[in-house]
Amino acid sequence: MIITLNDTIMKEEKIQLDFAEKLDFETKNKQIPENPAVTISNLNVWASKHHILKNVELKIPKNKITVLLGPSGCGKTTLLKSLNRLTDLDKELYVSGNIFINDEEILHAKKDIPEIRRKMGLLSQKPYPLPVSIYKNMTYGFKLKGIRDKKLINYNVELRLKEVGLWEEVKDRLHSSPDKLSIGQQQRLCLARGLTVKPHIILADEPTSALDPTSSKIIEDLFKKMKNQYTIIVVTHVLRQAHRLADNVVFMSDGEIFEQGSPNKLFKNPETQELKKYLVDGN
Amino acid sequence: MRKIRKIEEKFFKIISQLATYSLVAILGYIIFVIFKNGFSSLSWEMVSEIPSGGYYYGGDGGVLNAIIGSLYIALGATLIAIIIGVPAALFINSHLMQRKRSQNTIRYILDALWGIPSIVYGAFGFTLMIYLGLSASLLAGILTVSFLITPIVIRSFDDVLSTIPRGLYEASFSLGSTRTETAVKVLLKQGFSGFITAVLLAFGRGIGDAASVLFTAGYTDNLPGNLDEPAATLPLAIFFQLGSPIPEVRQRAYAAAAILTLIILIISLSSRFVSRKYQKKALKF
Repeated sequence: MIITLNDTIMKEEKIQLDFAEKLDFETKNKQIPENPAVTISNLNVWASKHHILKNVELKIPKNKITVLLGPSGCGKTTLLKSLNRLTDLDKELYVSGNIFINDEEILHAKKDIPEIRRKMGLLSQKPYPLPVSIYKNMTYGFKLKGIRDKKLINYNVELRLKEVGLWEEVKDRLHSSPDKLSIGQQQRLCLARGLTVKPHIILADEPTSALDPTSSKIIEDLFKKMKNQYTIIVVTHVLRQAHRLADNVVFMSDGEIFEQGSPNKLFKNPETQELKKYLVDGN
Repeated sequence: MRKIRKIEEKFFKIISQLATYSLVAILGYIIFVIFKNGFSSLSWEMVSEIPSGGYYYGGDGGVLNAIIGSLYIALGATLIAIIIGVPAALFINSHLMQRKRSQNTIRYILDALWGIPSIVYGAFGFTLMIYLGLSASLLAGILTVSFLITPIVIRSFDDVLSTIPRGLYEASFSLGSTRTETAVKVLLKQGFSGFITAVLLAFGRGIGDAASVLFTAGYTDNLPGNLDEPAATLPLAIFFQLGSPIPEVRQRAYAAAAILTLIILIISLSSRFVSRKYQKKALKF
C-alpha cells in the first residue's frame, strides 16, 4: 500500500517537474548547469589597516558541505561575504585577489552584481524575513526577474516550501506575516526564499546560532539532503556541528587558513598548533 | 551601600515620573484652556462661513477662509515634502549606505535646516517670491512651508530607516535585487510606520506655523480660488483675533485654536488608522 502511495506521489512529482520544464522556467538553455566549485586565489581583505583575510587560497568542492571553522573574528564571515560581493557594501573594506565560480571570475567583474549574488543563496545568523507576507517573501525573487506567470510562481512556492519541510506548516497562512512563525520556521522560510532564485551555492553564516536544538537539527538535515543539488558553505565555530555536517572542513584563525580536509582527518590528526588548541578548547 | 542604591533608584523614579506626568498634565491643560475658552464661540457658523465685513469687530461670520487656506497650504506643502523627502531618505539609506561620511554630512545639514526658525524660512520665501515675481499667494505659502517641512520629513523618516538591520539589506541583495529595488520594495515597507510619523510631524508643523506664511501667503477674508491668490491661515487668524481689544473676538481666537487642534487630531488619528489598515493589506497579494 505504502509503495503504491509512494509511486503515486513520485508520478505526481514527475508530472509537476515536466510542467516546470515545459514552462522553461529559469535558464534559456535547458541543460541544468553543473554546480560549480569555488576557487579562491590569493584573497586579501583589509578594513583600513586591519588585515582581515590573508592570502586565502581555497578550493571548495562541488555538491559537498564545506564548513568554515574557526574562532569568532577570524574572518570566516568576511570570506563568506566576499563570495557574493556583500563586501562591496562596506566602503572601508579593500578586497584583492580572485574568486572563480565555474571558472568565471566574480570578484573584480564589473558584471551584473545582482546576477552574481543570485547564484548564491544566503542564510544569515538570524532569519530576516522581508516585511511582507510569507507568500510575497517567496515570490520576491520571481518578481525581480520579471516572472509574472501565477501558475508557475505558485508551483514553485509550494515546491520550495516543501523542499524545506515548511509547506504543511504554512500552507493555510501564506498571506499572513512571517513574524508569527517561530524563529526556526522563519529560518527555513529564508532558506526556501533563497532557493526560489535557483542558486548554485548556498552560503550559510552560522545559520543555527539563533535556533533551538530541534530547529537546528532540521536545518542541518536539510543541508545534508540538499547537498546533492547545491554546493553548501557553512560558517560555524561549533566543533560538533562541523563534525556532524562537514564533508570538507576549512580551519581558519586570524584571517588565515591553517588546515583543510575531511573532518575525520582534521579532528583526529590535527597538524597545526592552532587547530590542536582550538580542538582542546572546543572540547 | 544597598541603602544608597535603593534611595538612588527611588529618587530617579520620582524624577522621571514627575517629568512624564507634568508633561502630560501641561498638554492636557493647554487643550483644556483652548477648548474651555473656545467652546462658547465654537459654532457651525464659525466653521462654515467666511468673515463678514465687521467680523473682526464682533460681526457675523466664521473662519472658513482660514480653515481652507491652512488645509490647502499644509496639504500642498506636505505633498511636496513627501515627493522630495521620501526618495531623499531612501537614497541616504540605500545608495549612500556605505558612504558613512556623506550620510553624516547630509544628516547634519538636515538637522540644521530643521532647527532654523520658521521666520527665517518666511524671509527666504519672501525673497524668493520677489525674485520670481510672485505676490503673496497660496503658491508662495505652499512653497515656503514645504521648505520648512521637507527636512522634517527626510530626517524623521531617515531616523527609522537607519534602524533597519543590515541583515535585511543583505537578504534582499542576495536575492538579486538592486539598491533601488531594495529601497522601494523593502525599506519603504519596513519603515512605513516611520513614514507616517514623518508625514504627521511635518503636517502638524506646516499647519500650525504662522511665521512662514506671514509674508508669503498673505491674508484674505475670501476663500482662495487660485494658486496665485492670497490665502488666510488659522495661525494668523488666531493671531489677528487674539490681538483684538474686543473680548468676543478674543474668544473666537480660542475657537479657531480649538479648530486647528481638532484638525491635527483628526488627521493624526485617521492616518494612523489608514496606515494600520494598509499594513494589514500590504501583507496580501
